[in-house]
Amino acid sequence: MSDAVAEAAVVYLLLTIFSVHRSNGKFTKVTNVLTQPRPIRLKGRSFLALALSPELPFEDWLARLDDLAARSAGFFLRRPVVLDIDGLDIDRNELRELLSQLGQRNVRIMGIEGARPSLLGSDLPPAMTDGRPASDFEPPSASTEQTVEQHAEEEAVEETAIQTVQARAIPSMIVTEPVRSGQSLFFPEGDVTVIGSVASGAEVVAGGSIHIYGTLRGRALAGTTGNASARIFCRKLEAELIAIDGFYKTAEDMEPDLRGQAVHIWLEGETVKTGTLG
Amino acid sequence: MGKVVVITSGKGGVGKTTTSAALGAALAQGGEKVVVVDFDVGLRNLDLVMGAERRVVYDLVNVIQGEAKLAQALIRDKRVETLYLLAASQTRDKDNLTPEGVEKVISALAGAFDWVICDSPAGIERGATLAMRHADIAIVVTNPEVSSVRDSDRIIGLLDSKTMKAENGERMEKHLLLTRYDPSRAERGDMLKVDDVLEILSIPLLGIIPESMDVLKASNVGAPVTLADDASAPARAYFDAARRLKGEPIPVTIPGEKRGFFGKIFGRKAA
Ligand SMILES: Nc1ncnc2c1ncn2[C@@H]1O[C@H](COP(=O)(O)OP(=O)(O)OP(=O)(O)O)[C@@H](O)[C@H]1O
Ligand SMILES: [Mg+2]
Repeated sequence: MSDAVAEAAVVYLLLTIFSVHRSNGKFTKVTNVLTQPRPIRLKGRSFLALALSPELPFEDWLARLDDLAARSAGFFLRRPVVLDIDGLDIDRNELRELLSQLGQRNVRIMGIEGARPSLLGSDLPPAMTDGRPASDFEPPSASTEQTVEQHAEEEAVEETAIQTVQARAIPSMIVTEPVRSGQSLFFPEGDVTVIGSVASGAEVVAGGSIHIYGTLRGRALAGTTGNASARIFCRKLEAELIAIDGFYKTAEDMEPDLRGQAVHIWLEGETVKTGTLG
Repeated sequence: MGKVVVITSGKGGVGKTTTSAALGAALAQGGEKVVVVDFDVGLRNLDLVMGAERRVVYDLVNVIQGEAKLAQALIRDKRVETLYLLAASQTRDKDNLTPEGVEKVISALAGAFDWVICDSPAGIERGATLAMRHADIAIVVTNPEVSSVRDSDRIIGLLDSKTMKAENGERMEKHLLLTRYDPSRAERGDMLKVDDVLEILSIPLLGIIPESMDVLKASNVGAPVTLADDASAPARAYFDAARRLKGEPIPVTIPGEKRGFFGKIFGRKAA
């Protein structure tokens, strides 16, 4: 048995994370009311939302969701979740039923994407249109290369040079303190380096790769903005959960030989691959 | 200004109240002026451990609500004259602890005492965050077991984010106190190793307090263990911790690993 490289099939739940960008700037709006000369400041906020893409029949999909929830308790807790129902042939009652099923699982939906206007009503979560998906929504027959191209196309909207993606500096964040239990480090913009350990019950979520120079005991979710080429590195693996671009492995799925080792985690197609370092 | 120390843990029942009383009494016996403050509103214990339960007239909530003056609420210990207690209310709701009220009381105490020792309630709710809010130093009380260590880790995160020190961009001085350490269970591998706890929490070690019947005996006679029996193993460990807190460089020994007479005769068991 090869102990350097281990692989396991991973459930792909079409669980993609993308960022809901409103505006990063700050606007001021001056009102006409003279008695209130203070302008109202409209501040931009950007949140990272989890997008759930349910599939029909819902019972099966919910069963898989339950499986995920059972294996990583609290995954959806306190996180904004967007429901993407693009292409689903359902009526309002079915949608309502799905929302109530999700509600029973403590998954609270902040908005709905890809819904026909007739499907939504004032008693349902609002339509979300300004989401900027950062990943390919198709089930991943797409290879890593294609994802990079896809990424490049998106970037091209903002930056005219298409071919510079590889060379472009990726924003990075360096954390010199240990990440403590209960703390959640979100950095959708790029790579995260932690000089210290990530505690049990703590999580690091990065749009890019994650480097942990101590022990990874909690969770590391890399490539969460749809970057399948993101990787995770840690000096000592004791993780509760690792994920790249939505493909995840819990502690139970991990090769026991890798525990306590310096490892390197990457994605090949739908498979989370792990290998020892050095 | 005196030093404000919070004794905190996240997890309940790990030895915060025992530690508040024992360290307070140890410091006071060295001549320092000490007040121990019970923040566990509704579940007060410190008065019992200090043997002052029958002398409580006014408490922290009374002072905060302006129903009593601070001087009226301070209870002086009968054995050590520089040791005082400010009890918690057993009957009032913990919502009576307002952040402004707590701040006023703590700064008044810090002006009058060398050490203000705040015994935090368990948990991460209001009572615990108010107890740590104005601290200069935190003592994180941890038992060598997984759940206690994880809760301590969570508390350290809060100490670094939710306290005045953190909000002012300063560093909170943090110390780990491992309590209820049982050498025989450690030998059997039933407990986390000291090194592992230190590696996970990565804050300096203030001391290791052994699991001992002397702690229970002391609380039954209403005395901090450092007053009840100052030669007992837990008392000696607390005295050493108090000296380290004052900055004395005393090496920490792991209980059970400093071999006694019989240990020397028989030596170590072959692994
Ligand atoms: N070193 C020790 N050896 C034996 N028993 C101990 C030791 N330390 C504490 N105990 C016992 O453990 C119990 C809990 O201790 P204590 O009340 O100090 O904990 P606490 O952290 O203040 O609890 P709470 O979270 O409820 O406030 C008490 O019965 C106490 O006597
Ligand atoms: Mg207590």
